[in-house]
Amino acid sequence: MDRLDAVSSLKYFVPELVLVLTLMGVLVCDLISKNRATWERRLVIVLPSLFGLLVALFFSVFIYFSQKGPDPSDAQALFSNMVAFDGFGSLLRILFIFTAIIILLFTIESRELRSVHHGELLVLLLTVTVALIWMANSINLLMIYLALETVSVASYIMVGYLKTDRLSNEASLKYILFGAVSTGTMLFGLSLLYGLTGSLDLYEIRAALTSEQVVASSGPALMVIIVLVLAGIGFKMATVPSHFWCPDVYSGAPTPVTAFLSVGPKVAGFAVLVRFFYGGMALSTGEQTWTMVGSVDWQTILMGISIITMTLGNIAALLQTNLKRLFAYSSIAHAGYIMMGAVALSDRGIKAMLAYVIVYLFMNLGAFLVIIVVHNSTGSFDIKDYAGIWRRSPILTIVMGIFLFSLMGIPPFAGFLAKWYVFAAVIRAGLVWLAVIGVLNSAIGAFYYVKILKTMFMEGSDTAEPSSKLELHPLYAVLLFVLVVPNIIGLLLWGYLDRVTEYSHKLLDVM
Amino acid sequence: MIPLEYYLVVASALFSLGLYGMLTRKNAVNVLMAIELIFNSANINLVAFSRFVTGDTEGQVFALLVIAIAACEAAVALAIVMSLYRITKGVSLEDASVLKG
Repeated sequence: MDRLDAVSSLKYFVPELVLVLTLMGVLVCDLISKNRATWERRLVIVLPSLFGLLVALFFSVFIYFSQKGPDPSDAQALFSNMVAFDGFGSLLRILFIFTAIIILLFTIESRELRSVHHGELLVLLLTVTVALIWMANSINLLMIYLALETVSVASYIMVGYLKTDRLSNEASLKYILFGAVSTGTMLFGLSLLYGLTGSLDLYEIRAALTSEQVVASSGPALMVIIVLVLAGIGFKMATVPSHFWCPDVYSGAPTPVTAFLSVGPKVAGFAVLVRFFYGGMALSTGEQTWTMVGSVDWQTILMGISIITMTLGNIAALLQTNLKRLFAYSSIAHAGYIMMGAVALSDRGIKAMLAYVIVYLFMNLGAFLVIIVVHNSTGSFDIKDYAGIWRRSPILTIVMGIFLFSLMGIPPFAGFLAKWYVFAAVIRAGLVWLAVIGVLNSAIGAFYYVKILKTMFMEGSDTAEPSSKLELHPLYAVLLFVLVVPNIIGLLLWGYLDRVTEYSHKLLDVM
Repeated sequence: MIPLEYYLVVASALFSLGLYGMLTRKNAVNVLMAIELIFNSANINLVAFSRFVTGDTEGQVFALLVIAIAACEAAVALAIVMSLYRITKGVSLEDASVLKG
């Protein structure tokens, strides 16, 4: 494994560079189109952003396949050991850029964003995308902190983008206060870790934690550090106890932004979790399992967080009447499921997390797209206003049903595959009862997902004449198709998903 | 010379004060000040460790970047507080209580 300096690292950094250039270009396009008509202006900013994202996607897919080639051992540490360049990162890079493209298309016809000019929103979206990639690849405490803060600060503004809307502002304020405290707490933990091990590099930290003299003296300190750091990472993943912001922010933010927050930063949070714990606090045994280094049993801590997170998320979701809040709690519950993969302490666990994340992207973004489409027609996020949707648009109801069954984890759909992966991983790790808790939680989850579906089939009591069709913009129809197909043919993709994760679970390792 | 422990005690005290202020204050600007305390407690730690434990400049560079990031964050936070003030005519966190459940 090589350690590259800044200049020779740049050739491995092409997608990120493309994104940075795009976001600067979009900013300029936005400025020069100031006096144009609204639709012209929209075109002038949307097309370059879309083009830049597609070019970046092309390069990251190219990197992924060239890396995967005959000699896959070319993991590198870029920028003097700041950023990793490995299979794990190159898969997540594709996921983040794909998510950004989908969200960009979400924003175009959304009713909430129709009245505001959304040039800056796209710039922020591109900023967050770049920072998410950095976050998922950072192997240095400084880089982890910088990337996490870049994601946070830009997403605070995205949440508060509707300047005249009270809820959007309120959500943004809550998000920034909560986020600043969480990341501040994490920063304090990182500074203690720096003092304890004398290094900011995760692999040097691991080497220091392996030495006996540190192990003997560091028990309580390491415990405090792990708890503090989990406060910050947990804020991004929306796991207990840093989940309080989630329902308020999700329901106050513009829906495309909510959809983005529920996928992008959450996935990046899990990537940081894997990098931090598997890079800095565990050693691979070479036989597909990992052992913890240091004196703290962090596996048990993660297990506790996972159980509480999914149970709390599912039970609180039962009580919700607002669909965006319901999906906030549902995404908290899914964070608990994904974390089960990290608890397994095995290669299989990391593979399961990646598989879950890929499937989660399609089913969750799909469900949010249905929410956007319904809101475009009815102007409401209340579940009770979903009554009679079946009459008004049977296709939309069927599509939503597929997303919901996928989120539940019902067999023919992709969600089942995702759950199967994580449950199998924890059972292989000998934690059968954790898998049982997971299955029980999926059963609780089925209640509120079915409740939504039931409401959609119910007769609408409102004044809207039942014959009126729900308008479905052609763009959204195409997007729904793109998102729903992987959910339907999920089981056929089993072998493919297996191969993708088999390659991508390999983390850069500095021995 | 002042030993390392003194720095750590000051940093921990600042961190605790920051958390306390964040939990008890009702005014959004006061909460932001408490958050600054948390960031600066970490800075003291970083600089002290870089001086006493490692002897290199990594920790000091980290502290400088933290100062920059904290400034960005404060700027965004104040902008959001201003924006909310235009709607609710107040900066108390009790004004931000429509979203709940």
